[in-house]
Amino acid sequence: MELTGAQILLECLKKEGVDVVFGFPGGAVLDIYHELPNFPFKHVLARHEQGAIHAADGYARATGDVGVCLVTSGPGATNTVTGIATAYMDSIPVVILTGQVPTALIGNDAFQEVDIVGITRPCTKHNYLVKDINNLAYTIRQAFYLARSGRPGPVLVDLPKDIMQQITEFKWPEDVSLRSYNPNLNPHYGQIKKVSKLIRKAERPLIYAGGGVISSGAQEDLIWLAKNLDIPVTATLMGLGGFPGDDPLWLGMLGMHGTYAANMAVNTADLVLAIGARFDDRVTGKVSEFAPNATFVHVDVDPTSIQKNVHVHVPIVADCKSFLMALRESLEPVIGATDFEVAHAGWVKQVQDWSTAHPLHYNKGGEYIKPQHVVEKIYEISKGEAIIATEVGQNQMWAAQFYKFKKPKSFLSSGGLGTMGYGFPAAIGAQIAYPDRLVVNIAGDGSIQMNIQEMMTAVANNLPVKIVILNNRYLGMVRQWQELFYDRNYSETCMDAQPDFVKLAEAYGAAGFRITEEKDLESTLKEAFATPKPAIIDVIVDPEENVYPMVPAGCSLTEMLLV
Amino acid sequence: MRHILSVIVENEPGVLSRVAGLFSGRGFNIESLNVAPTLEDGVSLMTIATVGDEQIIEQIVKQLRKLITVIKVVDLTEHKAVDREMVLIKVNAEDTKRAEILRIVDIFRCKVVDVSVDELTIEVTGDRGKIEALINLLVRFGIKETARTGSVAMKRAMQG
Ligand SMILES: Cc1ncc(C[n+]2csc(CCOP(=O)(O)OP(=O)(O)O)c2C)c(N)n1
Repeated sequence: MELTGAQILLECLKKEGVDVVFGFPGGAVLDIYHELPNFPFKHVLARHEQGAIHAADGYARATGDVGVCLVTSGPGATNTVTGIATAYMDSIPVVILTGQVPTALIGNDAFQEVDIVGITRPCTKHNYLVKDINNLAYTIRQAFYLARSGRPGPVLVDLPKDIMQQITEFKWPEDVSLRSYNPNLNPHYGQIKKVSKLIRKAERPLIYAGGGVISSGAQEDLIWLAKNLDIPVTATLMGLGGFPGDDPLWLGMLGMHGTYAANMAVNTADLVLAIGARFDDRVTGKVSEFAPNATFVHVDVDPTSIQKNVHVHVPIVADCKSFLMALRESLEPVIGATDFEVAHAGWVKQVQDWSTAHPLHYNKGGEYIKPQHVVEKIYEISKGEAIIATEVGQNQMWAAQFYKFKKPKSFLSSGGLGTMGYGFPAAIGAQIAYPDRLVVNIAGDGSIQMNIQEMMTAVANNLPVKIVILNNRYLGMVRQWQELFYDRNYSETCMDAQPDFVKLAEAYGAAGFRITEEKDLESTLKEAFATPKPAIIDVIVDPEENVYPMVPAGCSLTEMLLV
Repeated sequence: MRHILSVIVENEPGVLSRVAGLFSGRGFNIESLNVAPTLEDGVSLMTIATVGDEQIIEQIVKQLRKLITVIKVVDLTEHKAVDREMVLIKVNAEDTKRAEILRIVDIFRCKVVDVSVDELTIEVTGDRGKIEALINLLVRFGIKETARTGSVAMKRAMQG
């Protein structure tokens, strides 16, 4: 079959099982857009390319499938860079298709030319410039394969306009193999035996789960391990939902804004099982004092994550699910023989006592609505079943602390890069995937203004995404740091000048609500959530509320500031 | 400690910048980097000399392996290796000094590759020790210019 480059590209997407493409057209991708109506997938027209890439990323996080983003050359391509870096830092499978000027003009500073392959080299898992139409199909095949296998990540394919116009025979490459790329998924048997022995010997074991548990689909296996061996579980921001947030063994998140119990448990544990987590500095605090009493087992599909930040005693390069399954097989025979419930009873009681003594907490009362209370209400009303996307800042931390995530893929947040403006487009991506679920973007008044233009995308596509703005009229998280560490010098963090968010929503054709009094909180949230339209719920909250506990940067996890 | 990495890569556009970018982006140090095609079609060999403690070198090796265009990475420091560098040295050589310089060239088994009235250009190949020794001897005559290739290295065939 003779096809044009554009047709081949779209045939490839079809073969890869793509349902949705998030994009924004332009001259360099006109040939692709020309063919698009002839293909069975949906195109979601964003209002800014950053919106398109975050939406593709949100779609990927919510579904576990590859998200696809299609943009034009030059400014279209560069507008995706923040989104690409966001996906890269959090290991999210996204394929970015960028238009490029015709091959004859590459390198000539042609109109809308940019070396996007050069620009994105440090923030993609891999990237390609297609220079020969005969390589097109195989390149797209490789791009999807790389994006979704091993440690997932964004892969960019730059597509010159003339290649999209040329014609060649379309052959779908059934197999893909790259001699230099063979991710190791299965754990070494000897290492599993070692871990199993360490677990049986440990008196104060702790599981520290990260995003790898979610991307490998290992929640069930993690639950099995924790429950059968009575091991308390904590997680990183990216690991939320990897273990049910309402389970008695759940300690909450650890790290800078982690719970007292989780941070104390890490400090006291004699064995830390780090599964798909990478010892980020927001988690470890002062590295040299992180889990000082523990033997570390570290499982990660990416060998570079192991021994990067801490010295690990038992390194295991493997997919988290494969690891947990293998561990289960080796432990199953001993479950009956050892009574772990008894063996760990003292330890479990200890961590639960910490939880009771210092639960996540905020001071109620006062004239203002407390932002934490808003998150609690969202949890209550949604029965913990919503997909929650967040922006970055205090809103993100309160969402992480006060919404109890029961299931994986229900918390979408920019962890590694901390990208303000991520949450709303990501929520749009998730709502595209799950039109019938409640998708809530918990936002700050600062962050939401970074990609508010995507409201038009939500309205145009009938996506009933809800944005709850925890409106403190500050760049709250930065103000918090200024309060605590910079003598209350609130330099440029007061965001008093802001639009009327209710009118703004209405201007876009969405619904707008404002809550200023606590007595209206529940009823208005309920009403807004029941509205079959996108909606902004502008909640005026305590302007000077802080996120606690807080471990000041560079301190040890036990040096928590409590409320 | 100094390590020499032998890195086999796909010979395609951008591969050098991927490798160099990895070093600069992560704050690793490149002492020298050498790259040229191998006998196998489409494959190049890079020899990278770098300095760092064990943990840094482990990261460098792992991060290099993670690059999709990198086929193989061997840390030659762990093996017995042949490690050579070629250097061109342009040195002052007025008539009165010339004989002495030529004697040194002879002892070091290097070659004079260019001569003028008051300069000699010497080509030397060898391990670091030899090259440094030679440079130390020539300094007092006045070295005008040097051009170094950086290490090229290979695992020895016989390992005892
Ligand atoms: C794109 C981007 N710019 C700047 C920052 C730095 N930053 C981190 S949190 C924050 C404040 C966020 O304010 P807001 O969205 O109002 O949320 P709040 O903390 O008040 O909940 C800022 C500016 C960032 N994370 N991302």
